[in-house]
Amino acid sequence: MSRVRADEEEYWHSSKFRAFTFDDEDDELSQLKESKRAVNSLRDIVDDDDDDLERVSWSGEPVGSISWSIKETASGSTSSLDGRDSSLQKGSSSYAAALPKQASSYSLSSLFKGRNKLSSFQSLSDALTDTGVKNYAPELRRPKAEYKDYSGDWSPKDTVRRMQRGKVCSLERFRSLQDKLVLLDEAVAGHDGNVITAVLIFLKRTLRREILFRELEVRQVALCHLIHFLRETGEQKFLLDLLRTHCFFPLSLQLSQYREHLNIQDVEKRREFLKGCIGLPFSAEDNSHIQDHYTLLERQIIIEANDRHLEMAGQSELFRKYPRKASILNMPLVTTLFYSCFYHYTEAEGMFSSPTNLKKTFKIPDKQYVLTALAARAKLRAWGDVDALLTTKNWLGYTKKKAPIGFHRVVEILQRNNAPVQVLQEYVRLVEDVETRLNLATKYKCHDVVIETYRDLKDRIQLTAYKGKVERGSAEEEKINSILSNTVRNAYS
Amino acid sequence: REDRGRSPQRDFHILFVPRRSLLCEQWLKEQGVLGSFIHREQYSLDLIPFDGDLLSMESESAFKECYLESDQTSLYHAAKGLMTLQALYGTIPQIFGKGDCARHVANMMIRMKREFPGSQNSIFPVFDTLLLLDRNVDLLTPLATQLTYEGLIDEIYGIQNTYVKLPPEKFAPKKQGEGGKDLPTEPKKLQLNSAEELYAEIRDKNFNAVGSVLSKKAKIISAAFEERHHAKTVGEIKQFVSQLPHMQAARSSLANHTSIAELIKDITTSEDFFDNLTVEQEFMSGIDTDKVNNYIEDCIAQKHPLIKILRLVCLQSVCNSGLKQKVLDHYKREILQTYGYEHILTLNNLEKAGLLKPQTGGRNNYPTIRKTLRLWMDDVNEQNPNDISYVYSGYAPLSVRLAQLLARPGWRSIEEVLKMLPGPHFEERQQLPTGLQKKRQHGENRVTLVFFLGGVTYAEIAALRFLSQMEDGGTEYIIATTKLINGTTWIKSLMEKLEPAPF
Repeated sequence: MSRVRADEEEYWHSSKFRAFTFDDEDDELSQLKESKRAVNSLRDIVDDDDDDLERVSWSGEPVGSISWSIKETASGSTSSLDGRDSSLQKGSSSYAAALPKQASSYSLSSLFKGRNKLSSFQSLSDALTDTGVKNYAPELRRPKAEYKDYSGDWSPKDTVRRMQRGKVCSLERFRSLQDKLVLLDEAVAGHDGNVITAVLIFLKRTLRREILFRELEVRQVALCHLIHFLRETGEQKFLLDLLRTHCFFPLSLQLSQYREHLNIQDVEKRREFLKGCIGLPFSAEDNSHIQDHYTLLERQIIIEANDRHLEMAGQSELFRKYPRKASILNMPLVTTLFYSCFYHYTEAEGMFSSPTNLKKTFKIPDKQYVLTALAARAKLRAWGDVDALLTTKNWLGYTKKKAPIGFHRVVEILQRNNAPVQVLQEYVRLVEDVETRLNLATKYKCHDVVIETYRDLKDRIQLTAYKGKVERGSAEEEKINSILSNTVRNAYS
Repeated sequence: REDRGRSPQRDFHILFVPRRSLLCEQWLKEQGVLGSFIHREQYSLDLIPFDGDLLSMESESAFKECYLESDQTSLYHAAKGLMTLQALYGTIPQIFGKGDCARHVANMMIRMKREFPGSQNSIFPVFDTLLLLDRNVDLLTPLATQLTYEGLIDEIYGIQNTYVKLPPEKFAPKKQGEGGKDLPTEPKKLQLNSAEELYAEIRDKNFNAVGSVLSKKAKIISAAFEERHHAKTVGEIKQFVSQLPHMQAARSSLANHTSIAELIKDITTSEDFFDNLTVEQEFMSGIDTDKVNNYIEDCIAQKHPLIKILRLVCLQSVCNSGLKQKVLDHYKREILQTYGYEHILTLNNLEKAGLLKPQTGGRNNYPTIRKTLRLWMDDVNEQNPNDISYVYSGYAPLSVRLAQLLARPGWRSIEEVLKMLPGPHFEERQQLPTGLQKKRQHGENRVTLVFFLGGVTYAEIAALRFLSQMEDGGTEYIIATTKLINGTTWIKSLMEKLEPAPF
């Protein structure tokens, strides 16, 4: 490489304007492979038509040009690292560490003055673009008018203003810390997020981390922008270092760390990651949630492995009759409970897959538990289990039917699972509100309940009317008749 | 890149709308294709006119950026949009505002004016007043279900850039002699704006008042078509024929809206809609906002869509100036257990935005605000409204009330209440060159531009239009915003994206 570099240095010196063309190439030459491909393809076009070269030049306007000039300078120093494969994505610490406070490779101004300050990267790209580049013409430059007012000597305030308007600006002139900070403050005062971000990129590259962090501590707005930028570009390490060094937003750190778990597809790794999150300083409530999340995933992994095995073995009738539609991994707690009530209802509390274990571990309230178990057993048409769920024994040994959710809801769930009328009837009978009871009974043809209710209400008219709805000669009709005649007798006796 | 290989002769240009972003370009660069574009341009669209009195930036992330991420770029663009507006319609002499973002925008406007002294133009000012309002001054309104015709269309089907996609079944053209076999499967796409006469008439009405308008219209149109039987002379027939296109357009418009109204009615008469609305109205009138609500719990237990749950709990929180810690924890736990622990991120965002948070200071300001500003009106008249509360059948949007009171009698009368709402309130004046000072004639209305920073709902727009056409109102309103929203899209924009990033 170095031999080529030396050659290229000379070559570069000899023809000034060529620098401009591969400047533009610099934009895409963030990775060696990419650069080569892009350049080769470009070469084809270049050979066709000189004018086509215009395409890589910028026709000016806002942020693009600013970022371009920044990147010119940025790419110069950063691309010298090898394996910068997805450094922008991973933000590896090597990237940050390798950033010495070097003088910038070159800037727009240096181009025009034909300066020779080159970083190794320039020559590298030079080597790649070499063959195709010879016939580039100076028209590549943007119209001279654009640079009419370019003097390269702007105050921070003016620089920011120019950037806001989209003019080309080199930030390299701001060497001293003082200047840089003034520039940042001006950018923040200007409120244009893109300008702020552009300045921050520049500072990130040219300032030592500690200094940058320290200065950002007192500049909340800029800090927010930087965090946002780092999040978007995925520079996790840098971001975490930033947040860890100074606890700017203690909450953000934990949650942004936690959020990362979503990017981990592998379940085991995700579990490990969640475990790591538990130690972070969340609020007490949040902490318990994170803890629960970890525990849940841990359990799910065990259950999943076990059940998959069971299913494949084909021994379990339950699994054969109702094959699993999806894995239980990453499902919410209530869904997991439903699954457990469905496939593992009778298991002892000691087993991870038993519903009672889940209830205990996650402190699931009674209401939720009964509701979920009810739905699961109803789906399996296990009416006996349903009954047991809703029956409580008091200390005298008497059983009583009780539901923490209202019997009309019970009926709804049962009906949705096509429970037979006899079963439905049991529970419709227990609906407290009379009107609701009548509505449900009539809707689901629970004749006995209707009859009984009308009888209790002493509503002859309705009862007689209802006679028309029952089958002729059925037991229900008899019942109605007997009630009607009874009451008549009672009325006259 | 593949394309490049296939057709090296082809030129690729990229046009960023509404503006370039650093990140976009960075990503393109990483993909190695940035240099393959011949031109990279941006086409700046700041304020886009949606209707004769409505402008929007359609910046979806504006609310999230401003209130959660302290990124005020969208405010900067709002200010720029306003500068453009002033260049076209004259400097706005008076600026009122409420909220931190409003303050920023006003400051930026004033500074921009200073920095471009040459832009002083000689256009007679069209706007008398500019009112800048932060969305977080009124977090309540977008959470409630809108009850105007247009509002309901947006709530149920979603209006995108004045277009709505509807289930096609009701729009199948009834051809004579054909069986209903070929039902269209593509959703029916309709454009909705004030160019359509009928729509302009019914869009801002409360939905319960729409039926009677449609049936009246049906009678008029049938009668008009019947006219052809009365046309005797050639002249009369010719006249009838010339009006035919207009009548046909009116008839098809009526058919469309009748179908839409039917679709909406199916939803509004459903038990679930009714139960939901009941709970909303209870909260808005201040009933039981401090306890865990049974209906909400039931909905969570039945695993209703998460956004519906979030809207309700946020509504309760806002109407209670924050929930008691126990109540909040209870809801959070139920939500996380039912929908998944990863939603802790969304809940955190909602807290940051002030939508779902614990009560601080133990004081609930909402009843005072509600009473002073008369936000809940029991005797609402949906058919012939006399107050803006008809848009939510009882609740007057807080933001619009503020605008209403600003015009008459002025904000000085509600100083105390204003202090309870977040952010500073202020007034600024911009100098007009002499000769452009406007003297209002008697009976001539003032024109106020209301700019909602963070989003506005169709119901609020309807309420402002109502104020505009009030006889003794004295003010006409033009509405601008960063985005047209409804409760669902708004909450969605605050939810954390739970899928792994595509890049």
